[in-house]
Amino acid sequence: MSTRAISIEINGRSYEGTVEPRLLLSDFIRHEAHLTGTNVGCEHGVCGACTVQLDGEPIRSCLMLAVQADRRSVRTVEGLAPPEGELHPLQQAFHETHALQCGFCTPGFLMTLEPFLAAGPVQLDDGAIRAALAGNLCRCTGYQNIVEAVRLAAMRMRG
Amino acid sequence: MKPPLFEYHDPGSVDEALALLAEHGGEAKVLASGQSLVPLLNFRLARPERLVDVNGLNELAYLRTDDGVLRIGALTRHAALERSKEAAARVPLLGEAVALVGHVQIRNRGTVGGSVAHADPAAELPVAFSALDARYRVRSTRGERVVGSDEMFITHLTTSLEPDELLTEIEVPVPPARTGFAFVEFARRHGDFALGGAAVLVTLDDAGVCTRARIALLAAAPTPVRARETEEWLTGLRLDPPAMGEAAARAVAGIHPTSDIHGGTEYRRALVEALVRRALAQATERA
Repeated sequence: MSTRAISIEINGRSYEGTVEPRLLLSDFIRHEAHLTGTNVGCEHGVCGACTVQLDGEPIRSCLMLAVQADRRSVRTVEGLAPPEGELHPLQQAFHETHALQCGFCTPGFLMTLEPFLAAGPVQLDDGAIRAALAGNLCRCTGYQNIVEAVRLAAMRMRG
Repeated sequence: MKPPLFEYHDPGSVDEALALLAEHGGEAKVLASGQSLVPLLNFRLARPERLVDVNGLNELAYLRTDDGVLRIGALTRHAALERSKEAAARVPLLGEAVALVGHVQIRNRGTVGGSVAHADPAAELPVAFSALDARYRVRSTRGERVVGSDEMFITHLTTSLEPDELLTEIEVPVPPARTGFAFVEFARRHGDFALGGAAVLVTLDDAGVCTRARIALLAAAPTPVRARETEEWLTGLRLDPPAMGEAAARAVAGIHPTSDIHGGTEYRRALVEALVRRALAQATERA
């Protein structure tokens, strides 16, 4: 079966590989680029744990083939904060409000919510927050503290 | 799980894609965004020999209006339709329907053409298109044909698209002036597949009498259902609550929604009836 040479920019760095077309983007990120912050939960597009940003927009990396991301730009949770720098305001807010317990779903939540907050929605009521995170499942928190974290991060990000 | 082995083609033009489908049609499957196909591959419920990936066909990603028809290229992403000011101004029913498709991550990738070709009876866009009398442009190396909703959808996950054909465009006639619209559905959780729903358009004259009605039902049958007899019955009537109630009852009289773990046939019929009533009320208010 044929393979393909591809190059995907992840968090500003170019990763190259020769892969089977059936390789999922989520597996390229984890096993080829060795960025294991992106977690794989259900692997059929339901749980949202594998959410990454493709050209700035959140997508499910388990529903995309790595070859489809060739020459595209991907951002994963590792790209949110600089290696030695401070946490992203959203990460900091998750930390402070106890918006994670086991943490498995957290990278997916962060990658979904970051562009949602950056776009600065006019009305940030709980309904809008809950709609924004509806595509990500969390089995620990009951979501209450995640909503709290988004409120806190939004307040700080708007200064 | 992981997808099974397949040969992968990523044509750069529609002509190239059609040539590939003409050569391999029977063993090839068109891959649009993969929001439905990739789960099927991951579960190995689908094992196509070949995938023809149409994501490189940028010529099919557009929204434009000419001669009173909104033309939507098949590769238009749900998110693009959702954000489109043109669609919102001309055919606002579509914006209301597309916002209910899956979640933001799905809408960023999902394509309008993929929703149609996948033909899930709980999918929003095919139901909205049915209410709007949309037509589907379909191409192959043999030529082009234009099909309506009734002809396109055969049953659950099955369309009349031949293996060598590619859906290229959805033509949506812009509804007449004084048309109110509503797309309503019910799902247990936000973004889940809806248990039932309805797309409604009503056009009123200056006296408030209905001159044109369109009612399409979601998840009421293995395909989108148009309630044509009810539409005719409503025409010429004043849309007051008793008329809406009677219309909703008529619209669901002949349907037998598939019973499953989420809801039985009787429950789903009652649900769709309530949703038709609500959609009629909302559409009338907006007309």
